[in-house]
Amino acid sequence: MSKIEKILKDHHYKRSRIIQILQHVQAEYKYLPKDILESVSQKLKMPLSTIYSIATFYAAFSLTPRGKHLCTVCMGTACHVRGAPDVLARIEEKLGVETGGTTDDKQFTLETVNCLGACALAPIVVIDGTYHGQTTVNKVGGLLDKYHEKKGT
Amino acid sequence: MRKKARKDFRLHLLVCAGTGCAANGSFIIKDALEKEIVKQGLEDEIAVITTDCQGFCERGPIVIVQPDGIFYHRIKKEDVPHLVEEHLFKGRPVKSMMFVPSPEEPAIPRLMDIGFFKHQRLIVLRHRGRLDPENIEEYIGFEGYSSLEKALTRMTPPEIIKEIKASGLRGRGGAGFPTGVKWELCRTSPGKKKYIVCNGDEGDPGAFMDRSVLESDPHTVIEGMLIGARAIGAHKGYIYVRSEYPLAVKKLLIALRQAEEYGLLGENILGTNFSFTIDVVQGAGAFVCGEETALLASIEGKVGRPRPRPPYPAEKGLWGRPTNINNVETWANVPVIIARGALWFSSIGTKRSKGTKIFSLVGKINNTGLVEVPMGITLGQIIYDIGGGIPDGKEFKAVQTGGPSGGCIPRELLDLPIDYEGLSKAGSMMGSGGMIVMDEDTCMVDVARYFLNFTQEESCGKCPSCRLGTKQMVHILNRICEGTGGEHDIAFLEEVGRSVKLASLCGLGQTASNPVLTTIKYFREEYLAHIREKRCPALVCKSLISYIIDPQTCSGCTVCAKNCPSAAISGEAKKIHTIDQTKCTKCGICLSVCPPKFKAVKKTSPAVQ
Repeated sequence: MSKIEKILKDHHYKRSRIIQILQHVQAEYKYLPKDILESVSQKLKMPLSTIYSIATFYAAFSLTPRGKHLCTVCMGTACHVRGAPDVLARIEEKLGVETGGTTDDKQFTLETVNCLGACALAPIVVIDGTYHGQTTVNKVGGLLDKYHEKKGT
Repeated sequence: MRKKARKDFRLHLLVCAGTGCAANGSFIIKDALEKEIVKQGLEDEIAVITTDCQGFCERGPIVIVQPDGIFYHRIKKEDVPHLVEEHLFKGRPVKSMMFVPSPEEPAIPRLMDIGFFKHQRLIVLRHRGRLDPENIEEYIGFEGYSSLEKALTRMTPPEIIKEIKASGLRGRGGAGFPTGVKWELCRTSPGKKKYIVCNGDEGDPGAFMDRSVLESDPHTVIEGMLIGARAIGAHKGYIYVRSEYPLAVKKLLIALRQAEEYGLLGENILGTNFSFTIDVVQGAGAFVCGEETALLASIEGKVGRPRPRPPYPAEKGLWGRPTNINNVETWANVPVIIARGALWFSSIGTKRSKGTKIFSLVGKINNTGLVEVPMGITLGQIIYDIGGGIPDGKEFKAVQTGGPSGGCIPRELLDLPIDYEGLSKAGSMMGSGGMIVMDEDTCMVDVARYFLNFTQEESCGKCPSCRLGTKQMVHILNRICEGTGGEHDIAFLEEVGRSVKLASLCGLGQTASNPVLTTIKYFREEYLAHIREKRCPALVCKSLISYIIDPQTCSGCTVCAKNCPSAAISGEAKKIHTIDQTKCTKCGICLSVCPPKFKAVKKTSPAVQ
């Protein structure tokens, strides 16, 4: 059974579960590939335009491939008042991409999130699921370098 | 079984494993403690246990030694051998790892003597740090599910509703609608098939009590929903959790599976004719889905856009059937009210707001964390007695409550008693309970811009007033923050703000202008400084500030020049350095690396030309 068949079967081919289906597709491919969405559309007999509107409405979905490492900067209020905008600006500068973008070497995708609910650690940067709390403009440079080094190993 | 095992140990070390402490390395501390205990030969006397969130997240990793309740904070791996030897082996608690409220005061050994914990009143968080959320038996051990038993076998559905109404419980998601009335509306709504929903789409930035409750005590939410389902006559429930909370989803799924195994969910619960099941639905990162009609659309697999009410979900909700929605914290109150009675619950709080409320105290505050307090407590008590005041001797400026729907409350209102009405009167709202503390270094115009950026991005786009109005307000606020605003902009903001409030369909638009309107009301002089003097008093707005080096204190240590990413700093070793303002990107690295003994890099506003 193909990956996509399995995902659809897990959700009983229910159109009402389209958001969960897309979440599973994204977990599998790291983004929502066009051909997969077309296949989901055919198999669920659901217009591609409807799927596209859902995929673009919800911020968690990405229609473009992401880099090897996902760097997410929390932009919650607590992080904001403790300097998250400066941290984000520094990461954008360091990686040479804007928020939402992926570096040319496909190593990093930079995203923001509204709030992770871990405000005691503000400002927070999450890289590949690991929380780095109390970050500062001069700490983030070294932090990203660590992940860059990892690519060699 | 676990409880029995605990008695066999002389001491128990409770290691907090909530999101905050875990990110600060609590599992490394746990491993180190276990290794060191074995090394000292104490493994038969001392047990190390991980617990759910203790709420004092700023101080992680946290370890509590029971039965004495000795509280250790910010423990480092290298501290562990000393701690084990001194306290656990020799019986001498280690002062240097204890909580110190301020440098002038002595260390406080016991958790219950620390201001952060002492002034709280725990109802929803009653099991805080006491049970393993992945073990249903521990919840049952604390009389869990006995309220369900009472509701199923000794109360009729109308009696349950009567009790909830009499308790005075109001929705903890923000709007404060009386819960019992909501239940009754859904119960009396015609239709055989009914649904109940738990709203765990905690979108307000800075609020994380629902995450904590779902992660730490999922069964209390499940039990509340079961009681509600019985009262309303529903057989199917949904818990909608935002996608940013993967741990909460994991814990919930474990709890649901265990409740099913114990016959507390499914067919013929506790041998009665009552049947009920719960599904977890994950959100996908849309703030507007916290609005009930948008949330229901999202569960149905649609784009989460609100629809007009009436009909209310109690009449026409999920798939057109009567549906009752309450937020996580509201559901978590239900088992306690059934167990201890409406009279007890309504004795806590103010005239119109009963019980407690959980707040997440964050931002520029010493004791960041989750606090549960009785309604009616003043803002000042929360910020100073529990929160321990503002760090680094800075001055308190404002507290923002209610998330993007709320407002900023100034120092003059520190004596304001916190309840639904009090906060609304101040131009803010309860919201889900985020409390973001701001000090003299926070620019109120920038904060207003932050929230408007937020609502503008999260607006679903259905109502032009919200879609376009928030965008216009962002444009105006950008102008002011950049120093190109005019005095008429303030009146313009107020006018647009009022229109967006009046002409939008759902709560998002109706409240989107609150952060702007309250900051203009209480901090007009800050707006005027930006407009008239091109000056940001809090030194935040980048276009209006410059970084400079004070020639009086610069020693020429070269650290700033070495770290400047845009090569804007020049100067030789042991000579005064200067910043080339044309090259400076205002990233602030020079300020953060300048050694504290010199403090030579400074911010200034208006910007140096």
